[in-house]
Amino acid sequence: MTLELATKASELAAKLGGEVDTVLVGHGIENPAELGSYGVKKVYVVDTAKLEKYNTEGVAKVIQDLVDEVKPSVILGTASPMGRDLLPRVAARLDAGLASDCTELDIQDGKLVATRPIYSGKAVVDVKFESSIQLATTRPNSFVAKVVQQGGAAEVVKKDIDPGNLRAVMKEIVKGKSNKVDLTEAGIIVSGGRAMKNAENFKILQELADVIGATVGASRAAVDSGYAPHDMQVGQTGKVVNPNLYIACGISGAIQHLAGMRTSKVIVAINKDPEAPIFTKADYGIVGDLFQIVPLLTQEFKKTLAE
Amino acid sequence: MKIGVLIKQVPDTETKIRVKADASGIETDGIKYIINPYDEFAIEEGLKVKEKNPPSETVVISMGPVRCVEAIRTGLAMGADKGIYVDDTGITADNYVTARVLANAIKSENFDVIFCGKQAIDDDASQIVQMVAEFLNIPQVLIVEGFEVRADKKGATVSRRVGGGAKEVYEVDFPVIIGAEKGLNTPRYASLPGIMKAKTKPLTTLKATDLLGEAKPKTTNVNYRLPPERKAGKILQGEPDQVAKELVKLLREEAKVI
Repeated sequence: MTLELATKASELAAKLGGEVDTVLVGHGIENPAELGSYGVKKVYVVDTAKLEKYNTEGVAKVIQDLVDEVKPSVILGTASPMGRDLLPRVAARLDAGLASDCTELDIQDGKLVATRPIYSGKAVVDVKFESSIQLATTRPNSFVAKVVQQGGAAEVVKKDIDPGNLRAVMKEIVKGKSNKVDLTEAGIIVSGGRAMKNAENFKILQELADVIGATVGASRAAVDSGYAPHDMQVGQTGKVVNPNLYIACGISGAIQHLAGMRTSKVIVAINKDPEAPIFTKADYGIVGDLFQIVPLLTQEFKKTLAE
Repeated sequence: MKIGVLIKQVPDTETKIRVKADASGIETDGIKYIINPYDEFAIEEGLKVKEKNPPSETVVISMGPVRCVEAIRTGLAMGADKGIYVDDTGITADNYVTARVLANAIKSENFDVIFCGKQAIDDDASQIVQMVAEFLNIPQVLIVEGFEVRADKKGATVSRRVGGGAKEVYEVDFPVIIGAEKGLNTPRYASLPGIMKAKTKPLTTLKATDLLGEAKPKTTNVNYRLPPERKAGKILQGEPDQVAKELVKLLREEAKVI
């Protein structure tokens, strides 16, 4: 995600006639100069044991101190859980405007203009800034990472900044059962609806997902029926996803589900019911029994990808 | 303990959003409003913490047009003790201004913990919790799926859901502001006696214009529009193994996504 953001940032910086600097904050930071290949001119590295674990106020303070020194006009972050937690705090601290979870960024009249979905993606809006510093977080998979300078090395500047008094201290991270890419960042998603009938059956989707490198999601109906945990839910009151490919299995396509996946580049729908609303939004549809079709897809992909 | 709950009314999730002809906003006629779903988890947690830690008081706060009062009454009917309605007539509010006004509205309440939904499903910005935290100078934890008050009642252990099924566990002293996630609890329904009692619970009205101070909007939303419509695709015909083969081929060669 950082690389796609860096690529986009360097495009914007070119329009503004400026440069892109990146801030890396944490502990045990490796290979910061590599960002140079993606258009980053300078990387400020703040490496302190105090911030080995993320801390909102600690990182916000580091950024604030750097902003005072570097005086950027635009500050960008990815709309990851961390980015979404941090940037609003930074914006408030700087008395600046922030556009969240943007799918497009541009420069107009020397200022950032950000495009973002609202009403769970049922509408789109452009955000203009009154503040001199303009902040934005970007939705994963909105931009493409591109090497702009092969072997380019960014200038690495080490900074010693005290994060200050840390409240809300992270004590531990409990890892999830799967090490799969999170739904919000996934390039391919295979999702199951109420037609999955039980939690066990999600194994069928996982098998397909393993072959094509996907993350498995679920509709609200499946989650509320207990077939999948909350953090697998895609939809208006679940996760909003932005993959290149979304395969919806046994999902009818309620407005609220569509709200969560409508920006998917390609949508495939597999459903027994030919009248299911999802077919009106799918690029490819199969009217059929997912319990037959999905294993066949797994088989066929296994064969094709092995060639 | 003194507990605050910030809530917002949003269009019902079934709403078909229509954009104004001049692109200046959405059409609001006929929209049915509900309490932001994530705020329901916030109200419920505010009530649970109150019940587990007597004597405590839960206050529900909402800023917006007068229809918000209905949302506050629902919070009172569920069991909250007091309501504060912030009338936003006469101000232009973006996230920054809203957060400033809300922070100013609740500063003197000196809440130990403030529960909010992690985001509102109309704007989807997820900025208010963090900005109010900054303006009140208190710590924040969002995407909260677990909240346990410490034995000494001076802080809490909070669990935050991050990507890939992982969670981060935080220790934080009060005061703190929490952005509730789905799964934190199961919100109760307001009972009939609760609804009756709510009618006489105290509800204070404040004016946003009085709470604005120097705050001015930092962003403006322009050019509201509907997202690009997806074109109808193709329904593949044939026997299961045929369509499966055909789909794989199309995804590889036509769509080029695998």
